[in-house]
Amino acid sequence: MSAGTDLGIVVRDGRFAPAADEAFVAIESAEEAAGIGNRAIEVANAIAAEALGPHLASIPAIAIRFPAFNDGRGFSLARQLRRLGYKGTLRARGHVLADQYPMALRCGFDEVEITEAQAARQPENQWVDAYQRIRHNYQDRLKYGAA
Amino acid sequence: MYTYNEFDEAFVRSRVAQFRGQVEKRLDGSLTEDEFRPLRLMNGLYLQLHAYMLRVAIPYGTLDSRKMRQLAHIAETWDRGYGHFTTRQNIQYNWPKLKDVPDMLDALADVGMHAIQTSGNCIRNVTSDHFAAAAADEIEDPRPTAELMRQWSTDHPEFQFLPRKFKIAITGAPNDRAVVKSHDIGIRMVRGDNGEVGYEISVGGGLGRSPFVGKVIREFLPKADLLPYLESIMQVYNLSGRRDNKYKARIKILVHETGLDEIRAEVEELFPQIREEFTHPSDELLAAIEPHFAPPAFVEKPLGDYEAALAADPLLRSFVETNVVAHKHPSYAIVTISLKPVGGTPGDATAEQMRVMADIAERYSHDELRISHEQNVILPHVAKADLPAVHAALRDAGLGTANVGLISDIIACPGMDYCALATARSIPIAQEISTRFNELKLEHEIGQMKIKISGCINACGHHHVGHIGILGLDRAGVENYQITLGGDGAETMTLGERAGPGFSAEELVPALERLIDAYLKVRRDRQESFLEAYRRLGVAPFKAALYPDQAKDAA
Repeated sequence: MSAGTDLGIVVRDGRFAPAADEAFVAIESAEEAAGIGNRAIEVANAIAAEALGPHLASIPAIAIRFPAFNDGRGFSLARQLRRLGYKGTLRARGHVLADQYPMALRCGFDEVEITEAQAARQPENQWVDAYQRIRHNYQDRLKYGAA
Repeated sequence: MYTYNEFDEAFVRSRVAQFRGQVEKRLDGSLTEDEFRPLRLMNGLYLQLHAYMLRVAIPYGTLDSRKMRQLAHIAETWDRGYGHFTTRQNIQYNWPKLKDVPDMLDALADVGMHAIQTSGNCIRNVTSDHFAAAAADEIEDPRPTAELMRQWSTDHPEFQFLPRKFKIAITGAPNDRAVVKSHDIGIRMVRGDNGEVGYEISVGGGLGRSPFVGKVIREFLPKADLLPYLESIMQVYNLSGRRDNKYKARIKILVHETGLDEIRAEVEELFPQIREEFTHPSDELLAAIEPHFAPPAFVEKPLGDYEAALAADPLLRSFVETNVVAHKHPSYAIVTISLKPVGGTPGDATAEQMRVMADIAERYSHDELRISHEQNVILPHVAKADLPAVHAALRDAGLGTANVGLISDIIACPGMDYCALATARSIPIAQEISTRFNELKLEHEIGQMKIKISGCINACGHHHVGHIGILGLDRAGVENYQITLGGDGAETMTLGERAGPGFSAEELVPALERLIDAYLKVRRDRQESFLEAYRRLGVAPFKAALYPDQAKDAA
């Protein structure tokens, strides 16, 4: 967990869990990613996915910051990272609403990390509900012919 | 007409159920208005000056009688007995109560309609040519493509929180009746080198406070590549569009500031990668949708009675002259029902009128209706032999106004009478103009004329592309109306030029009278429209008419 944030609740499969003491190293540029080695990183949603490309295989987890729920860049960045072949854990970290949870998962995120304050306002049952809505969407039908 | 399959039906129902829960939480106080706002906006529910407003999508403007009757039913049951058809092929209900909105959405779902993505920073209702599949000049019906884009953009997980709203329009005809180049993405169906049909794609068009004509980013896109190509444009925009300033957040600003060539290079680089994610090429997906839009079974009816009625009835003649255009089938015609009665509110229809239009469509137009961006209703497939009966039925319902394309066929945004953003009134201005020129009995003499009125700089009334555009502003608490001249929303899209200082509400109509007078004096003959005369002569004679005092000073 990066210093100075009050984040703390991780949502996985619709369920709340306290954030473990995971060391996400905040990096501001792709150059910094080069020397990071085998560690999890946290990036802004404005970072260029291609620049991270060469280092992706060695990074176990990437947290993408969501500064505000209405800033949707993180969704596109997650898709680009997956398209570049990233297989590690992708976390949406910050201001993500329960109603956005299915969108995050469908864009390639594995989990969401929100503040305890937000978790209090949007309790677990809202995320469980939202989690049910990940299936049954137009895009999977159009892309893969899925039902 | 596209009919919902089980998937569409289940999807829309689940969205209604979800919203019903959110409304309950809002009403019992567990959601604040701030938290509720993004959720209601995803379902087309705005908070306006006096009340909530529900905006319902009419995808690509196509309706049947069942849908139209349901719109009437909703207007009567949960609103004040009328609805307002907008320039974006939507219908707006201006007085719903929050507690009723989930029921309204369920009633819409009953007939395969919804209000999803008619608001918010997402891809909005896809609009199209209101004469689609009827017009004689068409290359191909654009609506299967529009329906495919509706499905693709609905609840797209990546594009619900774009920098700003995003509008897509498509036309299948070389004569552009959908103003496609004023959209974030504008699509024209065109023929490739071997005669195959594909798309010309433009980006970065828009009206609003910084108007731009869309620029062609791809001259020919094969049908197979449509969705991956659109997704590439969207991804570039979502990542690079400005988010620091709401007024610079549309893709038109990104294209303008970054340059078309660079945007094109980014899109083309992403495109092959994104295409790999699609198992099905878009032409295959289209093939599954196309049967829904099979043309009706046209029948030959003898024209004898029609010719006789036309010769005998001057009102019918006048109606046919203005409101009826050629159909691709020689014994058919396309009828436009004007929602612009003299002194009325452009685009408003009562529940009763909606039912009359539904009945007429069912009986005489192969059960099809269209809503045009010019806020009128179209009967796309009427046998010429039935025109006298259709005209009589419309007249009985107060829908026989013969003014399509004329000076009183005005586009106007809701303006200060409804809209929270408006800086001036629009509807009363439109009413004054149509009333005045009706008194002068000059309408037919003036001929083709498009007046478009916006009540604020956001330009919902399309004033930039009006032959005469009127923009209502607030100058220190007083309404002030600026006039632009020479705008054009057709395939020759041109932005109008501001004529000079604005006019007060009282000065405006007299100024327009002087302007029209000048046109009638300088035109070559009756065949030369206002726009043509303006293009030939430039602004000078019109400016002189608008500002006679200045002209005197200069002399």
